[in-house]
Amino acid sequence: MLRGMTVLLVCQLIGEVTVRTLRLPAPGPVLGMALLFGILLWRGAPDWLDQVGQGLLRFLPLFFVPAGVGVMNHIQLMRTEWLAITVALLASTIITMIATAGALLLFLRLTGRGKESGYAAERD
Amino acid sequence: MQPNVTDIWVYLAQTPLLWLTATLLVYYLADGAYRRVGQRPLANPVLIAVVVLVAFLTMTGTPYQQYFDGAQFVHFLLGPTTVALALPLWRYAGRLRRMLLPLSGALLIGSLTSVLSVVVIGRLMGVSDAALRSLAPKSVTTPIAMGISEQIGGLPSLTAVLVIVTGIIGATIAQDLFDRLRLNDQAARGLAIGVASHGIGTARALQMNAEAGAFAGLAMGLNGALTALLAPILAQLLGL
Repeated sequence: MLRGMTVLLVCQLIGEVTVRTLRLPAPGPVLGMALLFGILLWRGAPDWLDQVGQGLLRFLPLFFVPAGVGVMNHIQLMRTEWLAITVALLASTIITMIATAGALLLFLRLTGRGKESGYAAERD
Repeated sequence: MQPNVTDIWVYLAQTPLLWLTATLLVYYLADGAYRRVGQRPLANPVLIAVVVLVAFLTMTGTPYQQYFDGAQFVHFLLGPTTVALALPLWRYAGRLRRMLLPLSGALLIGSLTSVLSVVVIGRLMGVSDAALRSLAPKSVTTPIAMGISEQIGGLPSLTAVLVIVTGIIGATIAQDLFDRLRLNDQAARGLAIGVASHGIGTARALQMNAEAGAFAGLAMGLNGALTALLAPILAQLLGL
């Protein structure tokens, strides 16, 4: 548990420092994710890391709650335009999901990889 | 002398304990309710927890900052958990490698669609230009979205709210939408959720399927960087 958490935090820390040093348009944790991905490709995932990671990922929705409650600061701001904004967000979310999934399926077919769709990916 | 209820409240309201516990308890109950109703989309636990907590804070006259002083311990775990998204991603690295080109193309289309559609629809609905600029980056993860919003002249704090609302909308509708479209490819499901509704969507995708979660995490990261590059250009083209 301690080892796994430390590895995750070290990756995040390196990510944060890199983003600030190079002024990259990405948040530190996302860069940390890329870094850990690289390490995993190189060394594989030990059990102690997997356990901590899966444990945290199960509760990912919970971790968004404190930021979500921040909506209360802007209820006033949204009051006048909330209906138009909500409709725009809902419609745009649906359109974006369809366009993204549709594009991927189309490109998979065009590159002749469509047949793989639906197969479970193999572990190495 | 009996201790006064107000005294106890004043004490509790100042420690992180109360709001940290409240956050965990409300989420625990919301998640339980979500399971009990057969994981109906509108019973999304994040949505319920946020609504209940906002109602409670408003009723007790507690400012958000005071709540966040306690809840920040939960919030902090977002960072290491985002890093941990590398684990499911790594498990599907084989499929990822074979799909590199189609994935990049779909990401580009998704990123463009997200910004263009919300601005065009918002404009048709009569949304003001200031709000449109804050809306444009709504599909990317909060810190990136706030940076983009500032750059194109929106209100970063409004953007933060719109991002979270978008995430909750995406997490709420995704399963139903995919079932209706008979979209069964887990990579396509995950990619769509991650591009359209960032981390909150990714959290939902992980519950749906491990492979969908892996691709959602990937999409969230890459779409953030891509939108940061594209949004300022698109805003100019759209005359914002």
